[in-house]
Amino acid sequence: MGRKLDPTKKEKRGPGRKARKQKGAETELARFLPAAGDENSKRLSSRARKRAAKRRLGSAESLAMHKFPGAKPLPGKLPKGISGGAVQTPGKKGAQPLHHGTQGKKRPALTHSSEEEEVEEEDSEEDGVLNQGDLWGSEDSDADMIDDYGADSDSEGEDEDGELLPIERAAQKQKVQEAVAGGQWSEEETEEEEEKGSLQSCPQKDDETEGGLQINVDEEESFVLPLPGEMEQDAQAPDLQRIHKRIQDIVGVLRDFGTQREEGRSRSEYLHRLQKDLATYYSYGDFLLGKLMDLFPLSELLEFLEANEVPRPITLRTNTLKTRRRDLAQALINRGVNLDPLGKWSKTGLVVYDSSVPIGATPEYLAGYYMLQGASSMLPVMALAPQEHERILDMCCAPGGKTSYIAQLMKNTGVILANDANAERLKSVVGNLHRLGVTNTIISHYDGRQFPKVVGGFDRVLLDAPCSGTGVISKDPAVKTNKDEKDILRCAHLQKELLLSAIDSVNATSKTGGYLVYCTCSIMVEENEWVVDYALKKRNVRLVPTGLDFGQEGFTRFRERRFHPTLRSTRRFYPHTHNMDGFFIAKFKKFSNSIPQSQTGNSAASTPTSLDLPEVKGQVTPKPEGSSQPAKKARVAMKAKQQLQKRQHPKKASFQKQNGISKGTDSGLSTVSCDTKSQASSKLQDSSQPAQEIRGPKVTKKLKQQSATLLSSKKVAFRKLNGPPKGMDTEVPVLSLSKTQDTLKPEDCDQSLRSTRGTKKVKQQLPAQLSKRAAFRKQNGTPEGPETPVMSPLDSSQPPPAKRRKSQSRGSSHPVLS
Amino acid sequence: MEGRWGGGLWGCPRGGTDFRFRPPRPADSSLQPSGNVRPLTEEESRVTFGKMAKYVGENLQRLVDRPDGTSCFRLHNDRVYYVSEKILKLAASISGDKPVSLGTCFRKFTKSHRFRLHITALDYLAPYAKYRVWIKPGAEQSFLYGNHVLKSGLGPITENTCQYQGVVVYSMADVPLGCGKVDPMVIVVFHQADIGEYVRHEETLT
Repeated sequence: MGRKLDPTKKEKRGPGRKARKQKGAETELARFLPAAGDENSKRLSSRARKRAAKRRLGSAESLAMHKFPGAKPLPGKLPKGISGGAVQTPGKKGAQPLHHGTQGKKRPALTHSSEEEEVEEEDSEEDGVLNQGDLWGSEDSDADMIDDYGADSDSEGEDEDGELLPIERAAQKQKVQEAVAGGQWSEEETEEEEEKGSLQSCPQKDDETEGGLQINVDEEESFVLPLPGEMEQDAQAPDLQRIHKRIQDIVGVLRDFGTQREEGRSRSEYLHRLQKDLATYYSYGDFLLGKLMDLFPLSELLEFLEANEVPRPITLRTNTLKTRRRDLAQALINRGVNLDPLGKWSKTGLVVYDSSVPIGATPEYLAGYYMLQGASSMLPVMALAPQEHERILDMCCAPGGKTSYIAQLMKNTGVILANDANAERLKSVVGNLHRLGVTNTIISHYDGRQFPKVVGGFDRVLLDAPCSGTGVISKDPAVKTNKDEKDILRCAHLQKELLLSAIDSVNATSKTGGYLVYCTCSIMVEENEWVVDYALKKRNVRLVPTGLDFGQEGFTRFRERRFHPTLRSTRRFYPHTHNMDGFFIAKFKKFSNSIPQSQTGNSAASTPTSLDLPEVKGQVTPKPEGSSQPAKKARVAMKAKQQLQKRQHPKKASFQKQNGISKGTDSGLSTVSCDTKSQASSKLQDSSQPAQEIRGPKVTKKLKQQSATLLSSKKVAFRKLNGPPKGMDTEVPVLSLSKTQDTLKPEDCDQSLRSTRGTKKVKQQLPAQLSKRAAFRKQNGTPEGPETPVMSPLDSSQPPPAKRRKSQSRGSSHPVLS
Repeated sequence: MEGRWGGGLWGCPRGGTDFRFRPPRPADSSLQPSGNVRPLTEEESRVTFGKMAKYVGENLQRLVDRPDGTSCFRLHNDRVYYVSEKILKLAASISGDKPVSLGTCFRKFTKSHRFRLHITALDYLAPYAKYRVWIKPGAEQSFLYGNHVLKSGLGPITENTCQYQGVVVYSMADVPLGCGKVDPMVIVVFHQADIGEYVRHEETLT
């Protein structure tokens, strides 16, 4: 080994001549320079200085033993940069005030070099990794620093000669000025203060500075400096080490912002600076880094960025169609592959640590005994849990890893339709599936959005949607810079379309299935939670637990967005926490094959089977929405225009209404509607006529499928109740059908509506009721314009009669609900 | 050279005619749009089964009548696919050149309408293979690169293997590696197809 004057490299310890042979010039020179502690401390930082001072004063030495181990990890962490720095700061802060002092004392006690090294390393972290030149330079400054604490900053500036020198000097000056100004203490400032004052005068500050660490000269100084100046420097010759150190410092400041901030500097300035530095250091585009900063807290952000620089371990999945994991592991070990089972969550996964043969070209691979697959790619298939003899659709299957996993879980039974829109990548699907011995698959080349038109009615669907790839940056670093707002939104749009198509391809009435798994290899909320939330609103699906007991829960709210609370059952995976590619998995259960319509009242596209449900719901739709008198009157006025509605209309309108009301389960709706209906009816019963009138419209809204005639008759009654002079009498005969209820209407007005209604109900005939109700409902429900007058009194009594009518319409004689 | 094949299951009416000189495919099969999935014609079936019988012999029947349901051969895009009937039901709704692959691809009709066995059929041939050849590890790699097997690399071999017999090649670990033809001369096994093609010839698989 050549002589290395790099203090960051830890020297070998141990007995023997050679262990101490090459410590580096600085350590050896230090021996010749004035007393051990002083020179080192000078070179390193104020911390050392304090140590020396304490040593001189003979403060507690016993604590040295405790502190020392704490110092030990520092050198080890140094190479790790940020994480080391980030971790050190709090550790240091927590360290006792005498930490440095003890270290200083230890120096003479322990091997000289080790002490110095540690201190050096710690200090180098402070200084941002001293170079050899720095070390030499520090020696020169040592002499100066011994006596002149105030000038320490200057000399420290000299340590990082070259790049930082002029800035350092300016920074130092500013620091001094600020310290004098007595602003809030930054770490440097505190150090300065101490230097200026007595070393031991401010034990608290001591703590801060020592704990606060290695913050070297700037972070705060950089903020003080005019931004243009800073930017110039970075643009010209970004010094990664300096930026790295600055990142650590900013993170440290932000961690304890209240005490460590610089006066006059807002949090956003620090964050802005941090974002720029991170973008420079890790080569990210500004947009993506901004998104990541929104997503992660600072410490996690650093870990995430670090994790993206390193590839994830290679993992493979045993093909249980051809072999068993333990046999395969044995065979591969015989070939010279170092591997282990993936984890207790996977029965077929193996992780490869290293291999003497190309893992993708062994005879076992060629024979189809295993598939190279990322650990996170195994999760969506585990969540999907395909059963034997099912029909599965894999909408974006390339390169076929998940498809083959599905096939092996199904033991080659059933049918899988593996589809992908990219013809080139389909070739790899064909190859992989044939190699792995998958026989139950049809491979097709469609755009995923063409399902279910091509073929639908699958038991389960897996949608591994194309995404921005922000979770697999370690595999494709180009994502760091080539993604911007438009790309994310475009991906999100495509994913929403694909997800809706996938949902429509699932058969909700499947005996064993009805599930859909949506997954992406992205960590962006726009592509994950937002898309899932959109689907929940647009289709009759609900989220169910994925069955994966690890992983982070999905967000239920993010910045200004609020998502459905069930999004907590989705799962997020990150490279830095789970050591697998970033992933998002959501599992849906489709509970109805009908497609909800938007609230704008478009004609229902639902299938005839689904109409039954809306009918029921329409009747029981509980919307005792308050309708104002004017509204009622308007409705009444519309009575004249009322026409007998066909059954479909009421149903549709009810359907729309219902869907507008609810997002979710049909069952829930019906139960709710039942309750409301009963409530409405009870209200009606209890209230006086006027009250009933008021409630009437509300109730009528529920009753969507009532005959038009009934509605009209009700309207008449209502009018009478309200006393509007609208010529109802004329209308009554017009509207009234051959129903006794019409004749009863006037009676209703006078009597409790319920009784009359009851009779009416019984006598009502189905079509008339339906048309009336439909008309009424339409009037109530749709802002498009009331078509039929509202019969509040009658309607108020509707719920029970409505139900009955409903049953009548269906041919049953029992009330459907309540 | 396809002079003989084991088993008389599909006795060619022409006797021992060398297929190299057999007449081209019947006109009817060439007229049909290659995009659709369709059953094999008589001629195609004969060719297909004839070739397969070389390797599996009488076991061909077992190949068709599988315990988990009847399987059929279908032609699509000049390739013969071996699929089970259940899968065919779903495949019926996919038309045009959208279907890329069904079940397992067994054969590929080349431009001159010759028949080429695909390595993808190995899974089915291997269990029913009548004649097997094991090769030593050294020769294994060479075979996987597409080379023929020399006598020196040959391990055990099934008895009664005739000349120009179609064989399935195994590694010493009983991993099926491919198929070939036996030759009595220096080259013991003519290479026909090997699993290395999954990596080398991925493009030609579809």
